[in-house]
Amino acid sequence: MWAIDPRYTSSAKFADAWLGLNVGTDIALANGVAREIIHSGLVHEEFIHHATTGYEEFKEHVEPWTLEFTSEITGVPSEAIADLAHGYAKAPTAQILWTLGITEHHTGVDNVLALSNLALLTGHVGRPGSGLVPLRGQNNVQGGGDMGALPNKLPGFQDVDNDEIRGKFEQAWGAKFTGEIGLNLTQMFEAMGQDKLKAVWVIGENPADSEADVKHAREMLKRLDMLVVQDVFMTRTAKMADVVFPAALGWAESEGTATSSERRVQRIRAAVPPPGQAKQEVEIISEMALRMGSTNWGQPTPEELWEELRTLSPMHAGMSWKRLEQEGGIQWPCPDEDHPGSPFLHGRLWERPVEGRRAPFSCVEHRPPVDELTDEFPIRLTTGRVLDSYNTGVQTDKFDSPIRSGDALEISSEDSLKLGVEEGETVKVSSRRGSILMRIEIDEDLQTGLAFTTFHFPELVDINQLTSDAWDSKSGTAEFKAAAIRIEKIESMANV
Amino acid sequence: MNEIPVGTPRSKIEIQIDGNLVKAPEGSTILDACRQEGIDTPTLCWAENLTPVNVCRVCVVEVEGSRTLVPSCSRPIEDGMVVSTDSDRVRKSRKMVYELLASSVDMDRSTSEVKDWMEHYEVDSDRMGEKTEIATVAQPPKVQDSLYVRDYERCILCYKCVEACGEDAQHTFAIATAGRGFDAHISTEFDVALPDSACVYCGNCIGVCPTGALVFKTEHDMREAGTWNEQDQEVTTTVCSFCGVGCNLELHVQDEKIVKVTSPADHSVTSGHLCIKGRFGWQHAQP
Repeated sequence: MWAIDPRYTSSAKFADAWLGLNVGTDIALANGVAREIIHSGLVHEEFIHHATTGYEEFKEHVEPWTLEFTSEITGVPSEAIADLAHGYAKAPTAQILWTLGITEHHTGVDNVLALSNLALLTGHVGRPGSGLVPLRGQNNVQGGGDMGALPNKLPGFQDVDNDEIRGKFEQAWGAKFTGEIGLNLTQMFEAMGQDKLKAVWVIGENPADSEADVKHAREMLKRLDMLVVQDVFMTRTAKMADVVFPAALGWAESEGTATSSERRVQRIRAAVPPPGQAKQEVEIISEMALRMGSTNWGQPTPEELWEELRTLSPMHAGMSWKRLEQEGGIQWPCPDEDHPGSPFLHGRLWERPVEGRRAPFSCVEHRPPVDELTDEFPIRLTTGRVLDSYNTGVQTDKFDSPIRSGDALEISSEDSLKLGVEEGETVKVSSRRGSILMRIEIDEDLQTGLAFTTFHFPELVDINQLTSDAWDSKSGTAEFKAAAIRIEKIESMANV
Repeated sequence: MNEIPVGTPRSKIEIQIDGNLVKAPEGSTILDACRQEGIDTPTLCWAENLTPVNVCRVCVVEVEGSRTLVPSCSRPIEDGMVVSTDSDRVRKSRKMVYELLASSVDMDRSTSEVKDWMEHYEVDSDRMGEKTEIATVAQPPKVQDSLYVRDYERCILCYKCVEACGEDAQHTFAIATAGRGFDAHISTEFDVALPDSACVYCGNCIGVCPTGALVFKTEHDMREAGTWNEQDQEVTTTVCSFCGVGCNLELHVQDEKIVKVTSPADHSVTSGHLCIKGRFGWQHAQP
């Protein structure tokens, strides 16, 4: 197990080796690893020949990424990069697992493509025990995408701008809708700024705390003619709303399904009744449809909705509600009721000849984080999570954890000496977007020049005032993981 | 490189259990073979999601040709083995183990499975002497945080918690056995309070404890107040909301309130193990 992370995390402590790369150099490292695999003759020639396209071009593209050059950019020693390359390529099976450290960059999609290149080089994809594994941070992120909560997709990842597919849905739903591709979250905030988006209905999200450059995000929400928030708590976003729909809690007060990182659809069930006036989310949405003039919507049950989905989404077709109950969970694609579900994807790449599209290599360029380090903002801030808290803390602040941490700004001991700040001292932390006060904690394991904190305590530490809203045009995701900051001593509170 | 690993199919072995011929896959334990045949066998230190540690001896059976009784939970079956699970010697031994344990340890909050077996073997721990007159492990419970309680006068030293904290699940190694003989006990490093130890509050130790020595604070408080009522509790299986792993949660609900959380040991995703958020992070579901 190799852990690749700018921070020496608890996972890194478990790993056989830790590669503490500089923030935002993932593509550089992947390209360097690829070149080393190629130059050492460790590529899977048969797989590349039959199952991929663009190898020759890719080979040329990564040629400048010698071990020395890669080491210079990433800060990882050459030997460690070579060791990783050889270990990954020679392993009988190998997986690359990642989370937001890869995707929350302005190069997020390219970062993923750079990792995919490594799997294609070595054939570590489409086989039991091998693959590319994005780990989801919530129980139903995968399910949200699967159900079409994306600007360009209908349930089952079917294209909304495909007339034939849209026709199928229009017929089933008895309603016409546009094939125009919608906006992602980042584009919505832009549209609010341009007064093109005037009314927003937020379901189960707290953007007034969770958005990068959050001061700007709050201003955008305030500009709206109408803000409706449907949530289980009075979050900061809910407090800004014109109308709040109190909702039942998904995992303990509602019936339905959640789909995990491994595409496993499982039943969620109600164990306790929702409090006060809170209603089931399905009920709220159905009531809204009724008031918007729908005549054929009714009050569908979660089971009825699921059974309808099965008729429209081929990858879910074999998962009856009954099977989900009996079998405890099924992984998509599951095209018919006799299909056991699919523990892994892309197995077709091992069929000869390969049916359908071959997997393309992607020539992706290293591009450093947008928020540059300068004399004025010399420290790299990266944010993340800790074990006992969750997102903006609206759920986890309700239980009393004996190991709670994450509200302080963690810096290296070398930086603390350089800045003359001590453990527990309150300092002023500034980025190009704002300033906040934070308590200092010294983490002996942190690299010099790197600072870390979580985003779990926005009421206490409004960290997203500092984070960068530079975003990846391909995914719409902001570069939460790489802000440039300055840390200043507060001589007396009068200077604050 | 790149060969696909394929598990070799296991051949079946024939043994005799209580006079019946039984075929079970090679590598099975006697306990596996018994369960396959529907022969109920008591266990304390064994759990399906832990490696057997062989300490409690309530699962012993008689094997022809063996001088001593053998622990069924860890002895692999061998061709032609002749096993008795309900002989006089087995019954006497199991009963005695329960009686010895119960003489020094408070077993009244054990799982219903443990209690049923004690009743089955007509356990009479007073046979070993009045509790007030003999050495016991009586001591006040350790209440050091608001998540869980360690009530070591109910601890039979089955080591399940140590295994779950260590190599079998969490790899945290916050607890181990300390002391020798009658002074042996489960302890954090240097016996520091739990919040100061390496503990990450996954509660996987609670999940495997058979005697109620490790319990949710909610359960402890309700038992002390006399309001704990397992008969009235409903258990609902759902999916934890806190990450994308998909751990199943069994929510134990009494009077419309969640009172504790377990996870099914036979579930493929995490074999019954959880983290602090899944095990204890449900307070937001309480109005």
